[in-house]
Amino acid sequence: MAKRKLVNGNEAIAMGAIDAGCRFYFGYPITPQNQIPEYMAAHLPKAGGVFLQAESEIASINMVMGAAATGVRAMTSSSSPGISLKQEGISYMAGSEIPGVIVNMSRSGPGLGGIDPSQGDYFQATRGGGHGDYRTLVLAPHSVQENYDLTIKAFDLADRYRNPVVVLGDAILGQIKEPVALKPPKPAKERPREWVLTGCEGRKARLLKSLYLSDGELTKHNWRLYKKYQQMRKEVMFESVRTEDAELIVVAFGSVARIAKTSLEMAREKGVRVGLIRPITLYPFPTEALQQAAGFTKKFIVIELNTGQMVEDVKLSLCDRAKVEFFGKPPGAIPTPDELFKEIKKALKRMS
Amino acid sequence: MKQVFKRPTSLIDVPFHFCPGCHHGIIHRLVAEAIDRYDLREKTIGVASVGCSVFMYDYFDTDVLEAPHGRAAAVATGVKRARPQNFVFTYQGDGDLAAIGTAEIMHAANRGERITVVFVNNTTYGMTGGQMAPTTMPGQTTTTSPYGRATEDAGYPIKMSEIMAQLGGVAYAARVSVHNPKHLMKAKKALNRAFECQLNKEGLGFVEFLSACPTNWKMTSLKAKQHVEDVMVPCFPLGVFKDAASTEKD
Repeated sequence: MAKRKLVNGNEAIAMGAIDAGCRFYFGYPITPQNQIPEYMAAHLPKAGGVFLQAESEIASINMVMGAAATGVRAMTSSSSPGISLKQEGISYMAGSEIPGVIVNMSRSGPGLGGIDPSQGDYFQATRGGGHGDYRTLVLAPHSVQENYDLTIKAFDLADRYRNPVVVLGDAILGQIKEPVALKPPKPAKERPREWVLTGCEGRKARLLKSLYLSDGELTKHNWRLYKKYQQMRKEVMFESVRTEDAELIVVAFGSVARIAKTSLEMAREKGVRVGLIRPITLYPFPTEALQQAAGFTKKFIVIELNTGQMVEDVKLSLCDRAKVEFFGKPPGAIPTPDELFKEIKKALKRMS
Repeated sequence: MKQVFKRPTSLIDVPFHFCPGCHHGIIHRLVAEAIDRYDLREKTIGVASVGCSVFMYDYFDTDVLEAPHGRAAAVATGVKRARPQNFVFTYQGDGDLAAIGTAEIMHAANRGERITVVFVNNTTYGMTGGQMAPTTMPGQTTTTSPYGRATEDAGYPIKMSEIMAQLGGVAYAARVSVHNPKHLMKAKKALNRAFECQLNKEGLGFVEFLSACPTNWKMTSLKAKQHVEDVMVPCFPLGVFKDAASTEKD
């Protein structure tokens, strides 16, 4: 049986990263994710790795880019305002096809916002976030166990697609404590990596860049990246709970999906047939799963800790196949299972 | 007959794209000569910056990583931490290093990253068409200081070598020029020393090159060369501002 340990969500991320073979962490302090750099500072040197507290978020992501360009697993973590600063580097990494893991234990905005949990960074995470026509894979855990598991997964995906991968949690998922089963994966198989920079001994010199000025060169590059993003569709992950007989399906991700699961149990106890679809990959988005679910019911409600972001992807996925309502809870108060259950009932009534 | 002069092995045999009279080509050659001198071509990972210098990967026959504008020192930090066995250098202009990348160079220097920094100061943004740089001299006309840089509201030329010398992690900081053979020989020595700082794990080696930009200065090549001597050198004094090796001896 896997070893179990009671840890908080941030620590689980750090433990997952080390178990995934990440030996290079670069970051800058910001609430509510400080246990990640703190854990790394204590444990990476013992694992033969490097922890470096950078002068800024901008420097951190560029250090990740430099380290990852040599073929090692490298990461940074931050929270919303810090993630905004990293977007320049993430765009360059996507353009130069350099892998890396970026953890966003998001807080609230815009601006300095606050330190309350929020899902206000959904657009930023799923639309690339920085300048240019690119995407990052986005994984959204909803438990401390998933923080650990999906961080490991993030490194595999980053290497597989030579692309930055975002793990999008929030203040709740960073701070809650739960037991985690530690399941360090076997060291990843050495892949032939004809792109890493190690010095050109015995081979031709290599170049990693994102500047393409010659006629048609960038067009080609952008289409090639697009094809790669299309291939990522096979990585779609979602959780589906009791959708088959549902009169209404809740769509929620991350921490609020966790709360909604309790609301769903409350509803079922009262004989209200509610189901849940929880996207685990936010990019690629589980479009087909939603379309299939529209075969069971025509009533959907999207619940988010913001004023409405993922609801756009749900509507795009369903088009006019179903009615889609939205309940949003911007930062300031975390909804209770009771509150969500009431909203679910109201939505059902309106749509009936 | 003994060969006394040849193209450095680390320099690819293609014509430079730089404007006539620009000193980037000379500085590229000096860097390549130093790479050859210490037999580092196969161990080198260069970090390119943004500006006229971005195309260094078209000229250096080494591995190269292109950094975002100003971030070369941070990118090089990541490379060197992951691959301490490699030789890592950045090649950056004044807009890149001394304006948008100030934080990155200051902190890489302060941490004493084992990297070598080649800093090219031509007092203007060359690639974007000659705008005011942090190094633009008082009164100097540029496209964004059309009446001349007025120090009362646009500040003063920033002296990076002197700043670098103040930081604990810097092993060597020098300002050199390549506008005549005498200075070129001194520049070569300085660059060698900055390479050695990394090879001996002493700390960060920093060399600032004064460089002509005839196109944006709107001068002939000869006049630009003379301008370096007559106007730039008095504003940016040449010399070694810090050398950990000689400090230890003191």
